Amino acid sequence: MYTLSSKLKLTAIILVIVGAIGLVYGFISTPSNEEELKELLAADAHGEHGAEHEEASATTEEHGTAVEADHAASSEGHGETAHGEGEHGDSHMEHLLHQFQTKPWSAIFVSAFFFFMIALGALVFYAIQYVAQAGWSPVLFRVIEGVTNYLLPGSIIVVLIVIFAGTHFYPWQNHELVEEDVILQGKSGYLNFPFFVIRAIIYLIGWNLYRFISRRNSLAQATATNLTPYKKNFKASVFFLLFFVITETTMAWDWFMSMTPHWYSTLFAWYIFASIFVSAITVIALVTMFLKKAGHLEFVNDSHLHDLAKFMFAFSVFWTYLWFGQFLLIWYANIPEEVTYFIIRIEEYNLLFFGMLVLNFIFPILMLINSDYKRIPWFVMMAGVVILIGHYIDIFLLVMPSTVGPNWSFGITEIAGLLFFLGLFILFVGTGLAKESLYPKGNPFLKESENYHY
Amino acid sequence: MASKTIHAIYNDDDLLLHAVKQVREARYHIGEIYTPFPVHGLDKAVGEAPTRLAITSFLYGITGLSVAVLMMNYMMVQDWPQDIGGKPSFSFLTNMPSFIPIMFELTVFFAAHLMVITFYMRSRLAPFKKAENPDPRTTDDMFLMEVDATNHNVEDLTKFLYDTGAAEIKLIDNK
Repeated sequence: MYTLSSKLKLTAIILVIVGAIGLVYGFISTPSNEEELKELLAADAHGEHGAEHEEASATTEEHGTAVEADHAASSEGHGETAHGEGEHGDSHMEHLLHQFQTKPWSAIFVSAFFFFMIALGALVFYAIQYVAQAGWSPVLFRVIEGVTNYLLPGSIIVVLIVIFAGTHFYPWQNHELVEEDVILQGKSGYLNFPFFVIRAIIYLIGWNLYRFISRRNSLAQATATNLTPYKKNFKASVFFLLFFVITETTMAWDWFMSMTPHWYSTLFAWYIFASIFVSAITVIALVTMFLKKAGHLEFVNDSHLHDLAKFMFAFSVFWTYLWFGQFLLIWYANIPEEVTYFIIRIEEYNLLFFGMLVLNFIFPILMLINSDYKRIPWFVMMAGVVILIGHYIDIFLLVMPSTVGPNWSFGITEIAGLLFFLGLFILFVGTGLAKESLYPKGNPFLKESENYHY
Repeated sequence: MASKTIHAIYNDDDLLLHAVKQVREARYHIGEIYTPFPVHGLDKAVGEAPTRLAITSFLYGITGLSVAVLMMNYMMVQDWPQDIGGKPSFSFLTNMPSFIPIMFELTVFFAAHLMVITFYMRSRLAPFKKAENPDPRTTDDMFLMEVDATNHNVEDLTKFLYDTGAAEIKLIDNK
């Protein structure tokens, strides 16, 4: 039986509090009108340069142009009556203000989704292990269940953010914009607010329902005299995987692709799934190593670690394959409505964009290719941390360029978001692990799993 | 000097594994073992050094990657940097995404084929090679262990092997 140590608990609570303070600061320090923004830019030594730079690149970015067009239209009447400022400068400042106000929203969403997707990916991994009737993994089931304990709070927070972010993230929620945009009108059958909310709630209920059912069955199996709970879990896992493949796809369209509603990519949902999955497996491996080191998992041996590390390796390559599959096709054909997505990422986020490839691909492939190294805990730990940093950057690059464009920074708000959700994640995963014995008694494959040897 | 070996034939792989352990404990020298299929754990029981084939494969893969890079850099960027459909062939990096499929395939090609050839060479396999099979039944259902008997008492060794469960024991005199 594992108990969350008071030291770790205190650390997590401190992280949550510090993070919350930072996030509140992030929202408060956002300029609320153009005067404040001008002061902010003037105070910044490079403010003028940044503004110029922004103006040049605003036209390259899809979301940017769409919003700018909208603001140009709305400021026409405004400019005539109120102030005699130049029409272009006015709309430019409004556009800039919009992006600055979006910054804390994006910062909180990146971190919220990053930790939520770890819990979700762990749940999918769990379901796959059940459906595949894997003989090696049952000893890890309680660990995975512990990681998925974060799913409920994580998913609720993420869904609340996407619902309340409104036009900060999703330009198609701006009615004035849709009225003059034929493309958005064409998509309004899918991209409209009520349907968007309904979908989000369906995902929320479906994913959490499976987590609830599988956990209940798994615990029931520990005291059951027959295999009924196991069989129920098997069926539930099959249906969950079917449900997940569909909802993950639409989730990726809803929450990420519709941030740039003129842009589309077929591979996108799979690409996000690869990120979800590899991060989740990495965290499962890290938690397993942590618990093993603390002496709570005597029945886990280094062959289990070896298998997890193999999964980390293989899905890092899989992620790179999808990333490159998407990038190569768009780069090669260079169709204007598609390349905008990558142009802003390469021009404004160059180091992150290509650095991410080093962290997510080259590093894991060189560190985890050797069979012996995959059994050394500190080695896998190191590779895992690098992979997680890489995939945080990946989520950062999904959101930031689409919402705040070139005005991104990695400052107090972003770090606070990371700390807040890290603390929350540790708290929920820790209490989830502490609820039940870590030995998944009653699983029909447990004996095989305990004696697993590669 | 004439050398002697004993061929001990087993009809079960578990029995063979146990026998190998006993023979090694008794400090007899095992020459070779012939089995009809891979016996899991046999290499460890015999004390074979782990294979280094994977390392060679990695090096071959790097070779293949270098070949691909050098070839395409020479052909597409240095020798004749023609504008083909607007692709930027100013430097290797500007046009790299379109080279990656070839870089990947050549890496795999070199890694796979050269490793297989290495395997053939190291295990001396080739067409028209004369089969080195002491007993044709070892390709079907029998397991054969060769034990060096040159400096041992043949009768003691025979008795010992018989006790390990050998179904058939033959003394081979290499003149």
